[in-house]
Amino acid sequence: MVEHAAKVRHDFLRHDMQFPHVWCPGCGLGIVLGALIRATADLDIPQDELVLASGIGCTGRMPAYVDFNTLHTTHGRSLTFATGIKLANPGLTVLTVMGDGDATAIGGNHFIHAARRNLNMTAIIVNNRIYGMTGGQYSPTTPYGDKATTAMYGNIEHAFNIAELAVTAGASFVARGTVHHVPQLDTLIKKGIRKKGFAVIEVISNCHTYYGRQNNMPDPVAHQLWMKENAVSVGKAAKMSAEEMAGKFSIGVLADVDKPFYSEEYAKIRQRACDEVAPDVDEAEIKCEPDRSDEFISGSR
Amino acid sequence: MDNSLDVNKKYLLQGNQAIVEGALAAGCRFYAGYPITPSSEIAEEMSLKLPRLGGTFIQMEDELAAMGAIIGASLAGVKSLTATSGPGFSLMQENLGFACMTEVPVVVVNVMRGGPSTGMPTSPAQADVMQARWGTHGDHAVIVMAVSSVSDAYEITIHAFNLSEKYRVPVILLADEIVGHTREAITLPPNKKMEVFNRITPSVPPEWYEPYEDNSRGVPPMAAMGSGYRHHVTGLMHDSKGYPCFRPDVVKAFHKRMYRKLAGGAGDIQMTKSYMLDDAEVAVITFGAVSRSAVRAVKMAREQGIKAGFLQLVTLFPFPKTVVDSLLRQCRAALVPEMNMGQIVREVRAVNNQAVIKQLNRFDGLMITPNQIFEKLMNM
Repeated sequence: MVEHAAKVRHDFLRHDMQFPHVWCPGCGLGIVLGALIRATADLDIPQDELVLASGIGCTGRMPAYVDFNTLHTTHGRSLTFATGIKLANPGLTVLTVMGDGDATAIGGNHFIHAARRNLNMTAIIVNNRIYGMTGGQYSPTTPYGDKATTAMYGNIEHAFNIAELAVTAGASFVARGTVHHVPQLDTLIKKGIRKKGFAVIEVISNCHTYYGRQNNMPDPVAHQLWMKENAVSVGKAAKMSAEEMAGKFSIGVLADVDKPFYSEEYAKIRQRACDEVAPDVDEAEIKCEPDRSDEFISGSR
Repeated sequence: MDNSLDVNKKYLLQGNQAIVEGALAAGCRFYAGYPITPSSEIAEEMSLKLPRLGGTFIQMEDELAAMGAIIGASLAGVKSLTATSGPGFSLMQENLGFACMTEVPVVVVNVMRGGPSTGMPTSPAQADVMQARWGTHGDHAVIVMAVSSVSDAYEITIHAFNLSEKYRVPVILLADEIVGHTREAITLPPNKKMEVFNRITPSVPPEWYEPYEDNSRGVPPMAAMGSGYRHHVTGLMHDSKGYPCFRPDVVKAFHKRMYRKLAGGAGDIQMTKSYMLDDAEVAVITFGAVSRSAVRAVKMAREQGIKAGFLQLVTLFPFPKTVVDSLLRQCRAALVPEMNMGQIVREVRAVNNQAVIKQLNRFDGLMITPNQIFEKLMNM
């Protein structure tokens, strides 16, 4: 088991001058990377057929470390690049990994529309409730009242619930996990990749460095304990009242529906376009004067 | 070449449609866009034709997304196009910079309208010239071309794709409301057979492949995602393997290669067209729709005994310095009419600041007429 895990890491991580990674000691991103590698290895997808795209931020640095086709795009835009890749070559397994700011602030529009279109790809959103790389500014998931370097007197904005946003926007598969419940996280990512349609996995993670230090949780262990104590399974959460769920969050599969996905639908469009060729008013052969548009050209270049 | 229309048959097409036909003939099989006047016909036509050719059309949520999607498709090995107008072009600057940094071939059409901001959606202008060259932040290499007629639109779009593939660089194709919406007769392919160039792919074993390796041309071979050449693509400054790297020697070499690869291809890239220049004493230098008025004005001036000639700049950037320089030496004066407050004239003046260079600007949402140019020529 241990040997197997080591071999998987050896095969899936890049070996040329990529380590040590940029993340702080104790960061949850390493756990997410591990889960991602175990999930893709278990699914036996050839590395040549795997694409991992990201945006900007601490999470955005993840693709550089794995030996797939990897793409580190602009802030918030990874889903748009992934859309182009997937539609140009639907045979590829396309994964994106984003942070909470990347996916739901600057990339919020792309996120809801990718979910609505139901593209057959997987979005992993690591939610650490803060902008880490830029130094601890509040994000769309920073809880009300918490502190940040741009909310020194307390955050007066209300947080997004990323997984519920994904459900409402129309994603086929939506799950939430944490970097504390690791075996479950492996399974959720695997399910997401296997799903035909847009899959979203929100991963509750920790930024003890920036979120923690400003909110009396500077120790990564405190974050792990917080996740352990406040995560409630989806089934159990359904039976709890709003008061009982205050300060807690559900983990597990929140939505799993089957509906046609984009490239499947587009294949039908191609067929329809060939079968019933649309009338082209502009293409009608016409009687007209000789084409003189080029007569003034005495030579190109 | 794979036309979606029959060859040797006459069609009545809009400039925007001719751009689509040119793109399809060049092998474009992916389009992502967002509706905007006066470019929307390009998206509509693409949505009709691409699925028939096994290609893909997608309408994205905004122009930021459209630009991202075409870069993604090109990384997966498919020639890609987007089209927009001023406001959308402003949004595209972010990911256009990404395409420059990662050397991804794409073609971006900007059918210019009056600006700034929402400006005048249905009026022509040529005021995005400098934005096309310098719109995205940082030093970067990019090719900018401009079209003046329907047959131009077809032909130059093919050149745009070819140059983009050959030099691994985004090409910005400037049209304007007049060219985009004018209908003219066109026979495909017009006048001459046009070659189609496809990007060079690696021939070394995957473990030897360096996606940003320097070579004599300064243009490394490009592997499509999924072709077995796994590598990293990042908008961060990177080394020859594509990994983030801020080492001063690497950074400097990167910037130098970006400029060198286009300088080395100047013969291919810097396209111009000329009319009655052989014995010209006064020259009209312009681009895009204004070329049409310029030709007429030159004819009128010749009838009055003035030895006038006309140079159409097809490639605006890298600016065709050599051609313009010899023309400025030959002529006693040059006139640069453009539908803006004076943009390309700066480039002309930069070539030779001793020459007599007059400008003629119109920025009221109307076309520069042949008479306006003629009157200026008569007083030069």
